[in-house]
Amino acid sequence: MSDKKQWPIWEVFIRSKNGLEHRHAGSLHASDAEMALENARDVYTRRQEGVSIWVVESKHIHATNPEEAGELFEPAADKVYRHPTFYVLPDELKHI
Amino acid sequence: MLNNSLYRYLLLLGDNSLILGHRLSELCGHGPNLETDIALTNHSLDLFGQVRSYFQYAAKIAGEGTEDSVAFLRYEKDYLNVHLVEQPNTDFAHVICRQFLWDAYHLPLMKALMKSKDETLAAIGAKGEKEAAYHLRFSSEWMKRLGDGTEESHKRLQSALDHLYRYSYELFKESEVEKEMKEKGIGADLGKILEEWKKTTEDIFRSSNVSPSDDPPAIAKGKQGFHTEHMGFILAQIQYMQRAYPDMQW
Amino acid sequence: MTQKEINLEEQFQARIDRDESIEAKDWMPEKYRKTHIRQISQHAHSEIVGMLPEGNWITRAPSLRRKVALLAKVQDEAGHGLYLYSAAETLGITRDELTEQLHSGKAKYSSIFNYPALTWADMGAIGWLVDGAAIMNQVMLTRTSYGPYARAMVRICKEESFHQRQGYEIMLTLCKGTALQKELAQDALNRFWWPSLMMFGPKDDESPNTEQSVKWKIKRKTNDELRQQFVDQTVPQAEFLGLTVPDPALKWNEERGHYDFGDIDWDEFWQVVKGHGPCNKERIDARVKAWEEGEWVRDAAVTHAEKKDSRTEQKVA
Repeated sequence: MSDKKQWPIWEVFIRSKNGLEHRHAGSLHASDAEMALENARDVYTRRQEGVSIWVVESKHIHATNPEEAGELFEPAADKVYRHPTFYVLPDELKHI
Repeated sequence: MLNNSLYRYLLLLGDNSLILGHRLSELCGHGPNLETDIALTNHSLDLFGQVRSYFQYAAKIAGEGTEDSVAFLRYEKDYLNVHLVEQPNTDFAHVICRQFLWDAYHLPLMKALMKSKDETLAAIGAKGEKEAAYHLRFSSEWMKRLGDGTEESHKRLQSALDHLYRYSYELFKESEVEKEMKEKGIGADLGKILEEWKKTTEDIFRSSNVSPSDDPPAIAKGKQGFHTEHMGFILAQIQYMQRAYPDMQW
Repeated sequence: MTQKEINLEEQFQARIDRDESIEAKDWMPEKYRKTHIRQISQHAHSEIVGMLPEGNWITRAPSLRRKVALLAKVQDEAGHGLYLYSAAETLGITRDELTEQLHSGKAKYSSIFNYPALTWADMGAIGWLVDGAAIMNQVMLTRTSYGPYARAMVRICKEESFHQRQGYEIMLTLCKGTALQKELAQDALNRFWWPSLMMFGPKDDESPNTEQSVKWKIKRKTNDELRQQFVDQTVPQAEFLGLTVPDPALKWNEERGHYDFGDIDWDEFWQVVKGHGPCNKERIDARVKAWEEGEWVRDAAVTHAEKKDSRTEQKVA
């Protein structure tokens, strides 16, 4: 195994068309940001998949831990009053 | 047909893209890593796309044949590409340097063709301009990475430039047909393209810490159909199927 | 194994049984992680090595249309290798390490690519048969339990859809052409038929990993099931071309509702797997050459980026 430095990993986000959000498309390696953008263009938009690209070096992404998923996300489960169907109104009522 | 100026001009344009596209296609699967391999193949695909446009138009003007008969069924002396694009993929520095010298010429060429009085050529120029702009951006970045990278990469880039720069002069040596097309408002003015080329290359040479050699221009008459010794081998591959199995559809 | 680990394993299996996706940061048994690194990287290596036999014909493609199609296809394979290496990297191994495993012979790749591509017709046969066989595996894998792998497969399947058509169209053109062209097509089918059947791997009763793979939903069908499915769908396509499948034992079995087919030469299969196929050495040599010749390029890019960063820092300071 050579001890040469590898090109860092970048995460690629692509906006498929204006009006839509950028979505995670995948990853790639690049030595700098400009190259990451160009590589992303060449790797992930060969079939007109995008009109805009974001790249971010993977090491800069902070993520929640799956073990904390319970405390983070389950408390929202019983807050049904945040959803419109919680409120009972007569069917004949329109535009509400 | 070679006496028809527009036809000849289309060959001149198309053959450069054909031979350079071929050189890049040789690298597919052999790049320094996957990302770069994919990127260079995109360049090759763009060039072949241009070849198809030029040669479809050429076949139309000739009133016979197809893009393929134009591309595959000529003798070596009837190919009109410059010597620069025939230069082999000696190493990645040669690939990038050859590409950069070409791209810096190709972008202003496409911009000029966009203004051609010939509508088809203008359309080819409009499409090619976007592709060439991206190619130039890509090869410029790599010139800087190699020139301002490690000691080895700098040495390799300088040596590639020493070899290739001599061939760049031919791009701007106006042939008769280029002169005629320019005067008719169909073709590009190579003098103006040279000005822009100089600006681009001087700028990038500076940021890449390399300098062009003072060697005299290579004696190159590709536009007249005289090629380097590489050309026979290139055509042996490109035309292999037509020579081995004449007159068949694939 | 401690009680805690046993519980975790049970919970993990329960998640898979419920068809939940496993994501990179989730707890997973070490064996699940290792199996995935092995399988995903093997798959990635196959894409990369698979570029070589077809890449061999790009410069000789017989028309501009065929040339750009082939070039785009081989390029896609590089992309697919890239997506798969990325998926493997989520499991805590680097692409360089995986590459090293390929080059040293420690990692395997699909044996089919150790067969030579000798004529233009092979571009047809490879697209039709090899991609056809690969797609069956890949479609199954879009629902595999490991999320990053499944997502890579979704993208790959979307892009692959033109590959098999591209190959079949080449075959069709040859079969509608001259007698010589049809001969080329038959010859390519003769050479690629059996190696294609071998692509599905050893028979189920000799496949050491199948049971565990099915349990973890890495595989949803066994090697023999997929092989049968491939034969059933491919034989009519060969008939449509007017070509003969090189298997005298091939016969429709009304009762089973499937084709019966002859025995695969397993000696040849294992010989190629063990590195003694027609092109094993050439393929790895080509990969090693590209990698070694690219080293100074990769180093230059990193060094340039570091120089740029330090210049920016100096300016800021």
